Amino acid sequence: MTLSMTEETRLQPTSEAELADAVAADPGPLRIKGGGTRAIGRAAAGNTLDTSGISGVTLYDPGALTLVVKAGTPLAEVETLLAENRQRLAFEPMDHRPLLRTEGSPTIGGMVATNASGPRRIQAGACRDCLLGVRFVDGTGRVIKNGGRVMKNVTGYDLVKLLAGSHGTLGILTELSLKVLPAPQASATLIFEGRGIRDAVALLSQALTSPYEITGAAYDPQRQKAFLRIEGFAGSVTYRAGKLMELFGSFAPVLEEDPERIGAIWRGIRDVEALHDDDGDIWRISCKPGDAPAIADRIDDATLLMDWGGGLIWARLPTGTDARQALQGLGGHATLIRTADPANTTLPVFHPEPAPVARISAGLRSRFDPRGILNPGLMA
Amino acid sequence: MPAPDPAILARKAQIVDRLRHVLPPDAVISDETETRAYECDALTAYRCPPLAAVLPASTAEVSAVLRVCHEEGVPVVPRGSGTSLAGGALPTADSVILGVARMAEVLETDYQNRFIRVQTGRTNLSVTGAVEEEDFFYAPDPSSQLACAIAGNIAMNSGGAHCLKYGVTTNNLLGVTMVTMDGTVVELGGAHLDAPGYDLLGIICGSEGQLGIVTEATLRILRKPEGARPVLMAYDSLEVAGQVVSDIIKAGLLPVAIEFMDRPCIRACEAFAKAGYPDCEALLIVEVEGSEGEIAEQLDLILNIARSHEPVELREAQDADEAGRIWLGRKSAFGAMGQLNDYMCLDGTIPVSALPEVLGRIAEMSREFGLEVANVFHAGDGNMHPLILFNANEAGQLELCEAFGAEILKLCVEVGGCLTGEHGVGIEKRDLMTHQYAPADLDAQMAVKDVFDPQWLLNPAKVFPLAASQQRRTPLAAAE
Repeated sequence: MTLSMTEETRLQPTSEAELADAVAADPGPLRIKGGGTRAIGRAAAGNTLDTSGISGVTLYDPGALTLVVKAGTPLAEVETLLAENRQRLAFEPMDHRPLLRTEGSPTIGGMVATNASGPRRIQAGACRDCLLGVRFVDGTGRVIKNGGRVMKNVTGYDLVKLLAGSHGTLGILTELSLKVLPAPQASATLIFEGRGIRDAVALLSQALTSPYEITGAAYDPQRQKAFLRIEGFAGSVTYRAGKLMELFGSFAPVLEEDPERIGAIWRGIRDVEALHDDDGDIWRISCKPGDAPAIADRIDDATLLMDWGGGLIWARLPTGTDARQALQGLGGHATLIRTADPANTTLPVFHPEPAPVARISAGLRSRFDPRGILNPGLMA
Repeated sequence: MPAPDPAILARKAQIVDRLRHVLPPDAVISDETETRAYECDALTAYRCPPLAAVLPASTAEVSAVLRVCHEEGVPVVPRGSGTSLAGGALPTADSVILGVARMAEVLETDYQNRFIRVQTGRTNLSVTGAVEEEDFFYAPDPSSQLACAIAGNIAMNSGGAHCLKYGVTTNNLLGVTMVTMDGTVVELGGAHLDAPGYDLLGIICGSEGQLGIVTEATLRILRKPEGARPVLMAYDSLEVAGQVVSDIIKAGLLPVAIEFMDRPCIRACEAFAKAGYPDCEALLIVEVEGSEGEIAEQLDLILNIARSHEPVELREAQDADEAGRIWLGRKSAFGAMGQLNDYMCLDGTIPVSALPEVLGRIAEMSREFGLEVANVFHAGDGNMHPLILFNANEAGQLELCEAFGAEILKLCVEVGGCLTGEHGVGIEKRDLMTHQYAPADLDAQMAVKDVFDPQWLLNPAKVFPLAASQQRRTPLAAAE
């Protein structure tokens, strides 16, 4: 284990066993860090526990669509390995760096801890849906495993889902096993220009209720452009693109077939490029897709980007504005992903939970981390 | 099962009386002949009539029942349609069965936002039935789908033949209304796609009715594909058939189903259903979806792979009738086995690459135990269904069969798989859990139950080895 003394103590274990010992011996609190690129939630006080030393691919079985990898492994390394075998992480994890203005190399552990999922979530599921197994160290230094490396597994409780998106507050991930999927032979994107919000959400919904397996459905209100993506075997993509062009003929969509340009469009949507530039607070709103226009109407001074057919709204608002007001009576939730003024904002980062749910969450935290040392206060 | 608490048995009249105060008269069953209807689920080897059975008709009634049982310290065993193969709904003599059969309404259908909200007593197939008119469907399709309830599907995180492409229940569940053991109503999720904090929906799904009783569910519905077509492939070696499965997946194809049958299973199905299957070592049924052109494009690739491995026979369905005949034998596999013998159906999952090895070792064990095994399973995702044949009327055969089954499941774990892929642990695999999980792993799972149900009253004797859960289930007895 490396102990580097910078402005604070930094623990950098190189194995799961070292990590477990370090946690058991540490009075805490601990700030859990993978690549340090997904800085969501209030920074916890305490020494940094850096997991990047626990790295490497444990097992990759392309014929079984499974990958087992240590938590500190750089995401880029995994994506390269999969691409060599014409496979990929189907949930399209976003790169938070430009939006959150962070630097570093995203890790697999950080991706899972934030349940990072991109535009293809509507068709291929989220990170949590592709996560088959976890190993983690709880707040007492115990090593715990759950799930495994097979696609169907109902043996005991599904702690795998619970750990995905728990932001390091229930345990420190050490090894993940993931379902991977074939990368498609071809893809196409239909671009609709000059559409208003209502119009756009209705057309995305119409496409998503067609049998043509849409893998991306987004809308950029600034540019008034809607996007639909299809992927698969070449013949199939040609067929479905034709069907969609026919279905939406009256809107005169443009068909983009160049893989480079398609890649750039969807990376831009995945990484929320439309909101990169200006300052202000960044909110991530999850809602019923059909509610998106009403929510947009209720937010003033916002710059928006919509994904998941309207079910995911990214909003940049003047600092201190509460986006949750816009959800009154509609359901859904909002997370304050980035704030320009972290010291002074009183808005909770995570959506406040109703009392019975908050009791359950607090109960789980107290069981998995009885000393309250793992990223304390980050999600509470 | 643990011995019933005599103090509860002695208070039966009082408990039933309190239940009658919160439910309509016909919703409380306490007569000893009538409670027999609830003495077992589809794991019929184990039976025990409950103290009483209740059939609430709303979330409010479920809450009222649970409050009474919580105050009285009475264990509650939730029951969907009673189709569990793992004993998930098996009662104890001191427990109240809470059945959701009277809650079967569709509450909301929203095609634009692609979801349906139902009461959980509704059967799996009738969820699809409610949206079929608009060409939609609910994807998880356990083979008991005609009878099984959504409540049980959520409790066991049920799968089916088509989950290679569409996922299992947890991937298609958007929200629930759930009542915890103390009667608190909790809403989780909704029509949106992700959780605001911890993924509690993810932990509820597959918790075998131990964390709460789910009364309403929001389910993702999908537009039906334009068409689907199966192809049948016959091989003279299990290894080669396993290789074909692996090659199809490696080629970037994602068929909606890949089913695998071995010779004993093929023969039994053929004798029963006369589907015209070839007599061979291994048979694969691969189904793809899409338009005519898309089906042809995928089948072309699949058949090329199939041919390169020298099949005994390849049969492509030319029309709906032929497609039906290809599926006929597979779909009647369990019925066919039932005609031959009593059987026990296992459900372990293995990495697809371990298929030939595992089949070989099961065949060896079959000789050692002197019991026949037929294999039929979802090959794409490695979910095996070995069927062990035995004679229930012959003394000692059930025990021998269970011992053999346990060895097969241990083998599944040994090669990197798990004890159960879609049926659940229940009582059947409870004591094998220590083969897959270390004490700390089980303790972490039990800690979750401590949070939702601190007194361990909800379906308490399931999932975990009785010795492991003893202290939590009966803290007083353990302290003595």
